[in-house]
Amino acid sequence: MIKMAGVHKYFGNLHVLKDINLEVKQGEKLVVIGPSGSGKSTMIRCMNFLEEPTSGHVFLEGTELTQKNKTDLIRRTTAMVFQQFNLYPHMTVLQNIALAPVKLHGVPKKEAEEQAFQYLDIVGLRDKAHVHPSTLSGGQQQRVAIARALATQQKIILFDEPTSALDPETVQEVLDVMIRLSKENITMVVVTHEMGFARQVADRVIFMDDGSILEEGKPEHFFENPTNDRTKAFLSKILR
Amino acid sequence: MKSSPFSIDKWRILAGEWTALGNGFLQTLAVAVLALLLALALGILFGILSTSGNKTCKAIGRVYVEFIQNTPLVIQVFFLYNGLPYLGIMLGKFSIGVLGIGVYTGAYISEVVRTGIQSIPVGQTEAARSQGFTYVQTMRYIILPQTVKIILPPLTNQAVNLIKNTSVLAMIAGGDLMYRADNLATGRLIYGPAYITAGILYFLLCFPLSSYARKLEQKLKKKEVRTISQAEAAIARDTPIEIVQTGRV
Repeated sequence: MIKMAGVHKYFGNLHVLKDINLEVKQGEKLVVIGPSGSGKSTMIRCMNFLEEPTSGHVFLEGTELTQKNKTDLIRRTTAMVFQQFNLYPHMTVLQNIALAPVKLHGVPKKEAEEQAFQYLDIVGLRDKAHVHPSTLSGGQQQRVAIARALATQQKIILFDEPTSALDPETVQEVLDVMIRLSKENITMVVVTHEMGFARQVADRVIFMDDGSILEEGKPEHFFENPTNDRTKAFLSKILR
Repeated sequence: MKSSPFSIDKWRILAGEWTALGNGFLQTLAVAVLALLLALALGILFGILSTSGNKTCKAIGRVYVEFIQNTPLVIQVFFLYNGLPYLGIMLGKFSIGVLGIGVYTGAYISEVVRTGIQSIPVGQTEAARSQGFTYVQTMRYIILPQTVKIILPPLTNQAVNLIKNTSVLAMIAGGDLMYRADNLATGRLIYGPAYITAGILYFLLCFPLSSYARKLEQKLKKKEVRTISQAEAAIARDTPIEIVQTGRV
C-alpha cells in the first residue's frame, strides 16, 4: 500500500528525516508518535508528496511518487485530514464534501450530494450540511474534514495530528469517529499524541525522534515493554 | 477688453461644441473599457504566474511588473506612438490607448492578484492538492474564488486610476475627452468651461466606482472583524493541551 525506502528530507541545512524505511499494509492502522519536531508530520506529508523527499523513494500501491509522473492522479488514491482542518471556507459543508467526487472522480452532482449526506451521517453532522465551516466548532469542522476524506472512497487516509488543535471536550467526538472508521478496511496512518487512541486502535505503533524511527511494535508491547530509552522517557512524560 | 474666464458667452461656445466633447467622452469610455479588459487579462495571468513555483514564470512576472511600474505611463505611450513605427508597426491612436493603458494597469492588477492569492492560507492549497486537484484546478475551484472577494476593492480602485490615466492620450492627440477639452480650451479660448466640464465628466465616471470600492472595503472589514472574533472565540474554546502549531518538522 504505502512504502518508503531510504527517505531523507532536508529543510535547508536541517536534516528532518533520516533514512526512513517503512511499509504500511492494506487495511493496517499505523499510529505514529513522538515529540514535536521529531519529523512525524514531515514523514506523513511525504507519503502523498505534500513534501517531496530530498532523496529516497515513496510508493503508493506500487507506483512510485516522483515529481515527473502524474502525482495528482496517484494522490487521488489517498485522502488527508489536517491539524487545522483546512476546509474550504467559501463553500458549504455539503459542497466541501462533494467537490472532489464531482470534479475529480466524475460522480454526478446529485449522486455526490446524496453520498455526502451519508458521510455526514457517519460523522453525525447531517443537520450542518448547508452551513459554512466558519460557523462550526473545531471538533465539528474536523468531523466534516473526515467526511470529506471519506467521500472519495479512498483506501488510504492520512491523519496529521487531527486532534491537536481541538479543545479537550471536542477531542473525543473526533476520536470516536476515527475509532468507528478503524473497523473498516481502510488503511489509516495517524500522527497523534492521543495514547489512548493508539492503544485502542493501532495494529502497530512507531515512535519517532530526531528524524528517525526509533522503535516500532504492537501497542501492547509498545506501551508495556518499550526497549528504547528515548521511547521510555517519552512515554513516561506523556502517560502520567 | 477682458471678460471673465467663466463668462456666459464662453459657456455658449462650449454648448455649441458639445458633440466634440461628447465624442471625446465616448472615446475615453471605449478606451477605458477595452483597456480594463486587457489589464484584467494580463493582471490575472501574470499575477498567477508570479505565485507559481516555476522560477522562469516568476521572473517573467517580476520583469513585467517592475519595468512597467517604474517608468512613466507617458513614456510608454510615446514609445508606442513614436517608437513602434520605426519597427514597422503602425498602430492607430485608439489601439495605442487600449494597449498602452491596458499594459500599464495590467502590471498593477498583477500585483493586486498576486498579493490576493498569497493571502489565502497555504493549508487551502495543501488540502486541494492532497485530494488530487492539479495546480490549475486548485486555483480555479479553491484559491481564486476566495481571492476575488479580497481583491475586488483594490481592483475597483485600479479601474478608477485607469479611467483617469486615459487622459494621457491627449499628449498624442488621442481624440479622448481630455484632448477634446484641451482643443476647445486653447482653440476657442474657453479654458474655464472646457476644463471644468471635462473634470465633471471624469468625476461622473470615477466617483461611483470609488464609492463602490469603499463600500466593498467596509463590508470586508466588518467581515474580517467577525472572523477574527470568531477565531478568538474558537481559540478560547479549543485551547489545546499539546502545542497548537507543531509545525512541519
